[in-house]
Amino acid sequence: MTDFTIRVDQNKYLPAGSQEVHGIVTVEASGPVQTGPAAEAAEVIIIDTSGSMSYGKIADARKAAQAAVDTLRDGVHFAVISGDHQAEVIFPGGGGLVPADAGSRRAAKDAIARLRAEGGTAMGRWLRRAADLFSAHQAVRPNAIRHAILLTDGKNEHEPAPEFDANLAYAAGKFVCDCRGVGTDWVVAEVRRIASTLLGSVMDVRKPEELEADFRAMTEAAMGKTVADIALRVWVPRSATLNFVKQVSPALEDLTGRRADVDALTGDYPTGAWGGETREYHISVSVPSGNVGQEMRAALVKLVQPATGEVLAGGNILAQWSDDPAQSTRINPRVAHYTGQQELASLIQEGLQARNDGDVETATARLGKARGIAERAGNDETAKLLDKVIDVDPATGTARLKRVVDKADEIALDTRSVRTVRMRKDPES
Amino acid sequence: MSGACPVCGTGVMAGEAFCENCGHDLSSVPPAPCTACGAAAVGADGYCENCGMLQPTGRDHVETEAAGAAAVSDRGLRHSRNEDAMALLSLGPAESPAGQGAVVAVVCDGVSSSPRPDEASQAAADVAAAAIVKRLADGDDPEAATREGVRLAADAVASAARPGEDSPACTYVSAVVSGRHVTVGWVGDSRAYWLGAQSALLTEDDATPGTHMLTAWLGADAGEVVPRVRTFTTDGPGAVLLCSDGLWNYYPEPEALAATALGDTPLTAARRLVRMAIEAGGHDNITVAVIPFGQGDRTQTTVAFPKERSD
Repeated sequence: MTDFTIRVDQNKYLPAGSQEVHGIVTVEASGPVQTGPAAEAAEVIIIDTSGSMSYGKIADARKAAQAAVDTLRDGVHFAVISGDHQAEVIFPGGGGLVPADAGSRRAAKDAIARLRAEGGTAMGRWLRRAADLFSAHQAVRPNAIRHAILLTDGKNEHEPAPEFDANLAYAAGKFVCDCRGVGTDWVVAEVRRIASTLLGSVMDVRKPEELEADFRAMTEAAMGKTVADIALRVWVPRSATLNFVKQVSPALEDLTGRRADVDALTGDYPTGAWGGETREYHISVSVPSGNVGQEMRAALVKLVQPATGEVLAGGNILAQWSDDPAQSTRINPRVAHYTGQQELASLIQEGLQARNDGDVETATARLGKARGIAERAGNDETAKLLDKVIDVDPATGTARLKRVVDKADEIALDTRSVRTVRMRKDPES
Repeated sequence: MSGACPVCGTGVMAGEAFCENCGHDLSSVPPAPCTACGAAAVGADGYCENCGMLQPTGRDHVETEAAGAAAVSDRGLRHSRNEDAMALLSLGPAESPAGQGAVVAVVCDGVSSSPRPDEASQAAADVAAAAIVKRLADGDDPEAATREGVRLAADAVASAARPGEDSPACTYVSAVVSGRHVTVGWVGDSRAYWLGAQSALLTEDDATPGTHMLTAWLGADAGEVVPRVRTFTTDGPGAVLLCSDGLWNYYPEPEALAATALGDTPLTAARRLVRMAIEAGGHDNITVAVIPFGQGDRTQTTVAFPKERSD
């Protein structure tokens, strides 16, 4: 059985008259190595087979999809979708999912080997097809973990924006989708939106030949999930306002808009499936100001299985007003760290946008500042990527945009801007 | 129709034992409504489920009297809860082997930075007072009884520690007043004073001078707890005063305390001292116990200490 723990980091002391409360909620899922039957799982592999995938890419995509099929545990129900301006379930025939075994794996890999690159790109239609497969499966096996891998290399050019929006909304909540962009023609914002809506990750794959290992790792991670459909349930007092709920680790994800009301004071925020892992959330609440010495619960955070209502863990975010500046001015290091990580991501995204808009001044200022934050916070990977788009003179701190930037580096920087690092040193509690 | 279920609001009829809708036991005593918003929805952990406010506990202001002595404990103005605790017990002349009754007072101050300090201090005060009275009734002298009380209180606080968190901790001061003898025992910076013709501080804080850094306390992380115990003899009239630092931070001088406390009933004196500390800022929880001394002539009063035991 998976055990969940919740830890809250915050400084509960507020100066008199202050109203804003911040807390970092660390949720850790752990459990003994699965000895009994593994969690039920369903997997759909979606491969972009549009014309732009020709030449080497389609061959590497075939290998990657085959590796993913090899990684599926016996008994996991799966299917493979080939996507161009339409979606086609190339395995199995018959429109459902089938359990993985030696025979079905071989048949799936044969079907994948016959994939050809031609046609357009309409990712929303691929996701809708996957959603229908998962929905049919969920009706029979409601507790299964539902996961998809989406591989694309291009812009969503063959589907009108309203249709794409509708298809994405249709798929939301039906499965978790990890996305991979290969090459330099895909649009980070577009794929990030899919991953974000479907509670998955997005990564750039610089070299098509790296796909195989990446697909295997993704499938293994999906196979490692033990609990499906967990929600973060947040209660705030009647007179309070919940400002935001954001995942801040391992990657930034604003969950605020995904609230499903439980009652007037409580809302559920979906977090998808969990294996043995740790995620952190930043929660901010505005409360009516209280008298010095008064303590209140500003938020009650629980981890629940909405289907059963079972509460897996819980923790309090508190507020207590103090007239002792030594108490109220103390900044919780973890809150500070993740506030910095959020700023870093915004600076990178705004800086890259400004650079593409030709606004050199803004781009230089944003990316230069980002470089400093990345170094101080220990985002070594991000700092290295920033060095490929900007030069910072270590003596003067003066920043200058590089004239020639590899498109793959720019995509990597944009894609990975939302990935955060944990604190180097655990703060003293 | 006679009312509504306090949990779900469904109408309930007179005489129904359970709510038809949610199954709530209607015969149970309803919890007190929230002091901040009035909602009848205070959770077991003390926070209102409507407005979030932490409810005052029964310890925000406590007064107790026994055998002519009195003690008052108050949350003060700056803390969300009262982490001080006190206990006051007496032993009648018929119940003690020496044929002399005794009054036993204990004051404990929970260390705010430790987990559940309010529970630690209450457990320590209750356990120590009961143990001291029992040992006196069994014929132990007050010093031996005091040491036993501290030992058991220290065990109680140490055993409250939970894996993976810091140890709950508190200070300790007690007085056993029997006949013309007063025995005080302490661990930490809660104090005992003699208030009379020659008022004096009877304890020496276990703390780094000029700071509130304790050098001794009760708790699992305190190592072996060795209280300091002293006995003195006095004629009175006067009073023994026990207090937490919530009082002596503002009024450390024995004469100032005596001027306020003497000449009134112990309860009035204790209330007045607490009030003074609150008016001076009330930055910490305040606990005061006053045990009167009636006999003798005021002008003849002496406080005599025996040599301090070095064990």
